[in-house]
Amino acid sequence: MSDVALRMEHVYKKFRKGEVYDSLRDLVPALTGRMFQQQELAENDSREFWALQDVSYEVRRGEAFAILGPNGAGKSTMLKLLSRIMKPTSGSLHVFGRVSALIELAAGFHQDLTGRENVYLYGTILGMRKQEINSKFEEIVEFSGLAEFIDTPIKRYSSGMYARLGFAVAAHVNPDVLLVDEVLSVGDALFQRKCVEHMRTIIRNGATVLFVSHNLKTVAEFCSRTLLLDHGRTVAMGPTPQVINEYMTLLQQHREVDQSRPVRISRVTVRDAQGPCHRFQSGQKAWLDVEVSAQGPCSKLAVVVYFLDEKYSVLFGTSTERLGHGSVSLAPGDILRCTFEVQLNLGRGIFYPSVDLRRYDNQHLYDSWEAAETIYVWSKEDINGPVYCCPRVVRQDICKAQLSDVNDCAVKSALDTKEL
Amino acid sequence: MKEELRELYKYRELLYMIAYRDIKVRYKQSIMGFLWAILMPVLIVFSGIVVRYAYALAAHVTLQASDVASVAVKSLPWAFLVSSIRFSCNSLATNRDLVTKVYFPKEIFPVAAVMASFFDLFVASGALVIFLLAVRIGWSAYLLWIPVLLLAIVILATGIGLVVSAASLFFRDVKYVVEVMLTFGIFFTPVFYDMHMLGDKGKWLLLNPAAAILDGFGASIARHQPPEPIWLAYAFGFGFLLLVGGYVFFKHLEPVFAESI
Repeated sequence: MSDVALRMEHVYKKFRKGEVYDSLRDLVPALTGRMFQQQELAENDSREFWALQDVSYEVRRGEAFAILGPNGAGKSTMLKLLSRIMKPTSGSLHVFGRVSALIELAAGFHQDLTGRENVYLYGTILGMRKQEINSKFEEIVEFSGLAEFIDTPIKRYSSGMYARLGFAVAAHVNPDVLLVDEVLSVGDALFQRKCVEHMRTIIRNGATVLFVSHNLKTVAEFCSRTLLLDHGRTVAMGPTPQVINEYMTLLQQHREVDQSRPVRISRVTVRDAQGPCHRFQSGQKAWLDVEVSAQGPCSKLAVVVYFLDEKYSVLFGTSTERLGHGSVSLAPGDILRCTFEVQLNLGRGIFYPSVDLRRYDNQHLYDSWEAAETIYVWSKEDINGPVYCCPRVVRQDICKAQLSDVNDCAVKSALDTKEL
Repeated sequence: MKEELRELYKYRELLYMIAYRDIKVRYKQSIMGFLWAILMPVLIVFSGIVVRYAYALAAHVTLQASDVASVAVKSLPWAFLVSSIRFSCNSLATNRDLVTKVYFPKEIFPVAAVMASFFDLFVASGALVIFLLAVRIGWSAYLLWIPVLLLAIVILATGIGLVVSAASLFFRDVKYVVEVMLTFGIFFTPVFYDMHMLGDKGKWLLLNPAAAILDGFGASIARHQPPEPIWLAYAFGFGFLLLVGGYVFFKHLEPVFAESI
């Protein structure tokens, strides 16, 4: 009992879409109208929709748990329920301990106040006491790296500085349960690494963390268990790698159902010289066949391929356009086939070749198929890391640790280098 | 309700912080800030002097310093009432991000708006004291009524603030209705005139709780009389019921704020 940080049981949440009477002027005719027309009520019912249906799960204390799902799956609703901004229509929800949300940084900032004042304001909003902020103030400022601007009104801050200060405050709340939205993507690379490092510390220190995200990289990196939602229902729950696989399948299904795109990636295959293949040796050549079919007209199209590693970081990416083949325009019914030849200088592990269809100038994404294929790479050499750099040992000497010889050795190796 | 009040108590630091923010932001450019606190009462006092002068002219009497003092004394609490209602009415909408994204008792916003307006009242009172000393209005033991009257008007302002702030989220024309009420309210509240000028029928106006309280201010400061106890008790009762009712109403709607903002 005591090791449960959060429990959700059969939670339903209903929303009403469409028109709501939002002025007194509309309300009066609507009320009188409703008295005479009973059918309007029935019509109202059809406008209701369920954002969440029968969702149950439990998160143990100290666990990092992720909620994953495509757009419209009910993730934001879930966050709002967890942070108690909304109440479920039915079902029960218990969170044990202090909850804090890293949602939408800097919502509580005020433009006209200085950085210092905003630290206090935002900290209080997130549930910290004044004393607590006093004692952590230096740490927060240091973390944000904004010490010299702390007494400047934040309307003069850049958006990056803004977000950094927001994260710095939010990260120091020390909650029992931390809700994290897509916030780890603020700031420059250096700050992001700091954030990720900080998240790891928080988890190590025993806080329960709930990620609500479609950033697979974060989810794969931090979370041991994941819940997959689609259209408000639980699709899968379990160890993260399995659930991510399900998520990929789900995305693929959504992609196939969606006929609104003018062009679609219809097939992606990986092969070696012989034919379709999923097992490659480091440094081996592979061919990636992509087939694109056009339903509608589409101009200046470029086919982008990229490789993801197990944590869904992009390792490598390029496109037909960037490789000097220009962009293509397709008419309805056309099928475009292209083949990329790549040398798999990859380390041991699992990799996901992925394909995007973009306008040549990256302005528009027509279609995207993350992890369209899966390949396993092995290597004769015992190596680690995501890349393969064709290693070979060309020399291994031992120099005896005697003063006279050290000199000799240095001279000798200088000679060696010359020889080479 | 007990639990909700405990929750509010738990978040009291946030309440001070939001009130502090509202004050700070308003006074950030200090000249405009202090003007803001004084401007509205000054305008009311000057309009009052014009009205009072017209009365005096029609009645063939001369305008007394105490008449002017009475207008000045009542214009401050009136300005407070107007500004706290106006600010609290918009307080939820202007803090939209916080209402939809972070959990805490949302009555903090209208209450903080009342607190910030009270600070304005405090600043303007400084100017009023100087003015009253200048016109040599004198003093009496009835000044001890002031804290009671202040409490009454704060209760009333908070009650109204809770109701209009929640209602304006659901019906976007509430703020226009409020604006109209505030504009014309001054005619139904004894700010420019005193109750006794209207004779016996004037008593009906005291049904307006603000009227009873403002008349109390006029009586205890400018006229050196006690406020009328029955009407003051009525105003207290009215304000208290509004506060409790408004709080229940607010708390009842609060769970759906995020969905309807």
